[in-house]
Amino acid sequence: MSDFNLKVREEGDITILETSGYLNNFGGDRVASICKQSISEGKRKLLINMENTKMVNSIGVSILIEVIEDLQGVNGTIGYYNVAPIVEKTFNIMGITNYSKIYTSEEDAIEALK
Amino acid sequence: MSNPTVELTLPVMQDMELAATKTAEVIANRMDLDEEKTDEISMALIEACINAFEHSKSKDNIFIQYIIDPEKLIIKVGDKGIGFDAEVVAIPKIEEKIISDNKRGWGLQLMKELMDTVDFQSSEDGTTVTMTKNR
Repeated sequence: MSDFNLKVREEGDITILETSGYLNNFGGDRVASICKQSISEGKRKLLINMENTKMVNSIGVSILIEVIEDLQGVNGTIGYYNVAPIVEKTFNIMGITNYSKIYTSEEDAIEALK
Repeated sequence: MSNPTVELTLPVMQDMELAATKTAEVIANRMDLDEEKTDEISMALIEACINAFEHSKSKDNIFIQYIIDPEKLIIKVGDKGIGFDAEVVAIPKIEEKIISDNKRGWGLQLMKELMDTVDFQSSEDGTTVTMTKNR
């Protein structure tokens, strides 16, 4: 069983997901499910707090690419903050930082998405 | 005298790659590798294990050797699957993946970017990927 957990909250018009544990295929599917639900409800701004996710795999991150594709269709945006260095490096290698942004803190992210 | 070697056998089970990373962390710590290199090794190892689990189409265990060389850590991940040709695996591009139905296929690229060397030996009897990280 995966130790992945997810909390969701709203901050104005921004949906914030807080992940905890290894972002693998199961974690990625759970994140994508929440994101797709949020998009279907008209939300266009998504943030993921990755403070408690120290490791990912390429399958989990590939599922985030699906979310980015969905957001492109509705002129939405997704960002991440509190990202571990190896996770940031993985995002950069896979190129998802060309289509989404890593912020240094929640405050910076919310300010940028206003 | 031969280099100290740690061997690990993993069943094909969900998240077993994390057992491989725990072992890698202990060895990297013993070798005084810094946190950045240790994390890069762990990430590359996760991808190598996932490839072995998924692409080998084998229900057999996978085998990992960690060889502690004075100059580098050598990691071999082997499976007894049907093998594949790493040369014909396309380099993934995000601009293509983002509009493709297949978003996956990043494992080899991540291994190559995160490790100093990555080599594959594959036949119909299985595949062994050998990765090195210099001290």
